[in-house]
Amino acid sequence: MSVVETLFLVLSGMAVFSALLVVTTDRVVHAALWLVVTLGAIAGCYLLLAAEFVAWVQVLIYIGSVIVLLIFALMLTRTPMGPGSAQTTGNRFVAAGVGIAATAGLGVTMYAGFRGERISIEDTPVGSAGSIGDALFNDWVLGFEILSVVLLAALIGAIVLTKSGDDR
Amino acid sequence: MPLVYPLLLSSALFGIGLYGVLARRNAVLMLLGVELMLNAANLNLVAFDSWLADNVHSGQVLTLFTIAVAAAEIGLGLAIVLALFRAAKTINVDDLEPTRSVGDS
Repeated sequence: MSVVETLFLVLSGMAVFSALLVVTTDRVVHAALWLVVTLGAIAGCYLLLAAEFVAWVQVLIYIGSVIVLLIFALMLTRTPMGPGSAQTTGNRFVAAGVGIAATAGLGVTMYAGFRGERISIEDTPVGSAGSIGDALFNDWVLGFEILSVVLLAALIGAIVLTKSGDDR
Repeated sequence: MPLVYPLLLSSALFGIGLYGVLARRNAVLMLLGVELMLNAANLNLVAFDSWLADNVHSGQVLTLFTIAVAAAEIGLGLAIVLALFRAAKTINVDDLEPTRSVGDS
C-alpha cells in the first residue's frame, strides 16, 4: 500500500469519526468545532487527489467563513451552550436507520460500479490555481458569471430577510 | 489509489449528514448536516475529476461552483433561521407550529 493510500485512509477515518461527533455531540459549539476537523480532513483528501486549488478554497471558504457564520448564528439565536444543549429528536432511531440505509445503498452502488478502477495520481494533471483559472475563464465563464449573479441575489435576499419587521 | 476509497468516504459522509438533518432539533445544527452532505458531493466530483485525468478540470470547477452555491445557501439559511428566531422566539424545530407565518412577527 502506497504512502498516498495510507494517508488517504487515515484522513478518511478522521473525517468519518469527526463527522459522527458533529451529529452526536451534546454541545452545540462542539458540533461546529468538530465540523472544522471534518472539513480539514476533506481538504487533505482533495490535496491527495491532486486538487490543490480546491483544497485551499475549501480551507478559506468553509473553515474560514462558513464555520464563523454558523457560530455567529448560534450566538445570535441565544442558544444555550452547556452540556445537553444540542438535543436530538425522538425519532433519532428512524433517522439513524435512514442514514445507514443511504450509506449502504450508495456504498454498494459505488462499489459495484467502480470496483476495479484506480486513480493514477502520477498521470492526473494537478489542479493548480493557474490551470483551474484557465478552465474557469475559458470553458466555464458563463457558469462563473451566472454564479456571481446568484451570490448577489443571495446577499440582497439575506439583507431583506434579516431586516427587522418594523422598517421593512 | 482505488477509486472506491473516496467514493465510499463520500457515501459515509452523506449518510452521516442525512442523520444529522433528520435527528437534530436545533435549526443551525440541521444546517451542519446539510454542509456534510454538500461536502460528500464535492468529494465525489473531485474524485471523478482525478480518475478521468481531466485536462479541462470539469469536476474541480464544478466543485468550486458548488462551494459558492453552498456559501450562498448557508448565508440565506442562517438569515431564515434568524427571522424564525425573531418570529417564534425559538429555533427548536419540534416547537414550531407549521401554520404560523414567519413574516408577520
